[in-house]
Amino acid sequence: MKNFLKTGLLALSLTAASAAFAEPVKIGMITTLSGGGAGLGVDARDGFDLAIKLAGNKDVTVVTEDDAMKPELAVQIADKMIQSEKVDILTGIIWSNLAMAVVPNAVAQGKFYLSVNAGPSPLAGAKCNENYFNVAYQNDNFHEAMGEYATQQGMKKVFIMAPNYPAGTDSLSGFKRFYKGDLAGEVYTKLGQTDYAAEIAQIRDSGADSVFFFLPGGMGIAFVKQYAQSGVDIPLMGPGFSFSQDVLGAIGDAALGAKNSGSWSHDLDNPANKTFVEEFQKAYGRLPSTYAAQAYDTANLILSAAAKADVKDADAFRAALKSADFKSVRGKFKFNTNNHPIQDLYVREVVKEGDVLTNKIIATAFTDHADAYAKDCPLK
Amino acid sequence: MSSALLIEQLLNGLQFGVMLFLMAAGLTLIFGVMGLINLAHGSFYMIGAFACAAVAAWTGSFWLGLVASLAAAAAAGAIVEILVVRRLYERDHLDQVLATFALILIFSEGTRWLFGSFPLYLDIPPVLSGAIPLPGGAQYPLYRLAIIAAGILVAIGLYLLISWTRIGMRIRAGESDREMIGALGVDIGSLYTLVFALGAALAGLAGAMVGALQSVQVGMGEPVLILAFVVIVIGGIGSIKGALVGAVLVGLVDTLGRLLLPKLFAIAMGPSEGATVGAAVASMLIYIVMALILALRPQGLFPANT
Repeated sequence: MKNFLKTGLLALSLTAASAAFAEPVKIGMITTLSGGGAGLGVDARDGFDLAIKLAGNKDVTVVTEDDAMKPELAVQIADKMIQSEKVDILTGIIWSNLAMAVVPNAVAQGKFYLSVNAGPSPLAGAKCNENYFNVAYQNDNFHEAMGEYATQQGMKKVFIMAPNYPAGTDSLSGFKRFYKGDLAGEVYTKLGQTDYAAEIAQIRDSGADSVFFFLPGGMGIAFVKQYAQSGVDIPLMGPGFSFSQDVLGAIGDAALGAKNSGSWSHDLDNPANKTFVEEFQKAYGRLPSTYAAQAYDTANLILSAAAKADVKDADAFRAALKSADFKSVRGKFKFNTNNHPIQDLYVREVVKEGDVLTNKIIATAFTDHADAYAKDCPLK
Repeated sequence: MSSALLIEQLLNGLQFGVMLFLMAAGLTLIFGVMGLINLAHGSFYMIGAFACAAVAAWTGSFWLGLVASLAAAAAAGAIVEILVVRRLYERDHLDQVLATFALILIFSEGTRWLFGSFPLYLDIPPVLSGAIPLPGGAQYPLYRLAIIAAGILVAIGLYLLISWTRIGMRIRAGESDREMIGALGVDIGSLYTLVFALGAALAGLAGAMVGALQSVQVGMGEPVLILAFVVIVIGGIGSIKGALVGAVLVGLVDTLGRLLLPKLFAIAMGPSEGATVGAAVASMLIYIVMALILALRPQGLFPANT
């Protein structure tokens, strides 16, 4: 009883004085703030900064640098942050190829890395690491959710398309893992391609009952606009990246009705999410995207762990991270053995709220979904 | 594979080629007349697209946006020529490449500073939206047909301008002997500014027309610039006719390659593997064609100044 009281008091004093950690925490954020993919990085940075600002904690410092979507630059920045800035935690990388270049090296030097977005399969499987936590998803997850949805909806002939690079091929294999029907066609496009007339002609010719595509950023904007003009009326679906808040404005009404998957949506009904969406709009004057939500969760996870354990005490801090004791905007959230999330995945539909295009949840594809690679990871 | 698909793909190739022609025409004109390698040509493409998107959002009219794109790109071209490029004509190509590369960075970051990092919205005008039926049962987007028509009009216009007008005569004279026309009393400085602005305006027009179809974002010009260089190398550097033939050739080869190669490889390797390998080879195809043409005709198909 005495012990119980003591812990209770301790917990109370911690909440009351949430502004003081045992040790100051220094976080290095490497993300894409220039070039074609900047929209995603800007959202991640803004979501992360918002969480830190709302916590009002003076013991957290964040240094942010732009990787311009270049792996070699990201590696240099990571080295600099570890060697001269002496950060405790690295985070922020959007793209899987950059994550593969930075993460193994950083965790080998005993730093923590928390991913706000990229979730390449090697880091979830055989190359997983006790100091690498993915707060977003494993790359295949959103695609698996769409595959499951296609099966649930009884689709028989789906045309699938993705860019010809590792995350693109992972995407289509993730979709095929849960989709049970036939394929009307399987097409790999050039990374960065902006004209899809040739592919749209093939879709028209294929007799498909639905089109699944993974084209993040500008590629997706171009494809959907051209698709809407082509006179082809086969319904579109894709992972959340293809219809994320950062691209919807540029696609315009052409996106209406498209189905897409995600672990988060701004209409998810929980108090943490309400606060997040309101505060984000107040601070930046736009709706947050999935990338902002994931970064916001990442920052809150770090804050929750830092309140429990000293970041210099790696074992205690790691355990505090793994317990995932924070209010996620996704509602429930926990880590699998490989430090990747176990979470619900939803199917969303693009709708118009007033003048603004956004996503609304229409179905749940998976409850407590884990990734397919956890079994290859030696962590317990 | 149906004949409708083939017809549609041929039109796609033609439309892509016509768009490349608008870029390549300016690039080859500037090289032919001034001997300048202009890497910043892609920036004019981007400026055209952003000007069109901004004005279209402000006024609600795509057509005013199109006018604005021409004006903005031409103005940017003229300013760049007067402030920077004019000092580069006597320098060697490496200096030109370095200086115009710096211009790319300045324009990209300047655009980001003005418009932000998120892609802009630009939609095609309602008059040209939708698809129309083609003979053979295919359907084709009206807007892409309009791009083909616009490109052909520009090609005819350029031909008339260069072959039949006084300015065109001076441009041709400047191509063959710039000192001589200077000595004959032609103000070569303003002729150069004019040619540079004309080239930039064509790139801006291409950017605005394509921006409505694709996405208007920072850095959109550079991938097109690379293809435009391929086009002028194939067509013969400095030749407008070469640019037209080269552009249509690149457009058709790229589009049909993307359609046919994955199917071909799929026969040998199975659908999934074949799609991946075929897509990889298709993305190299135009460079293979360029290498072949250079091996057979190192000066390109229609060498200028010979």
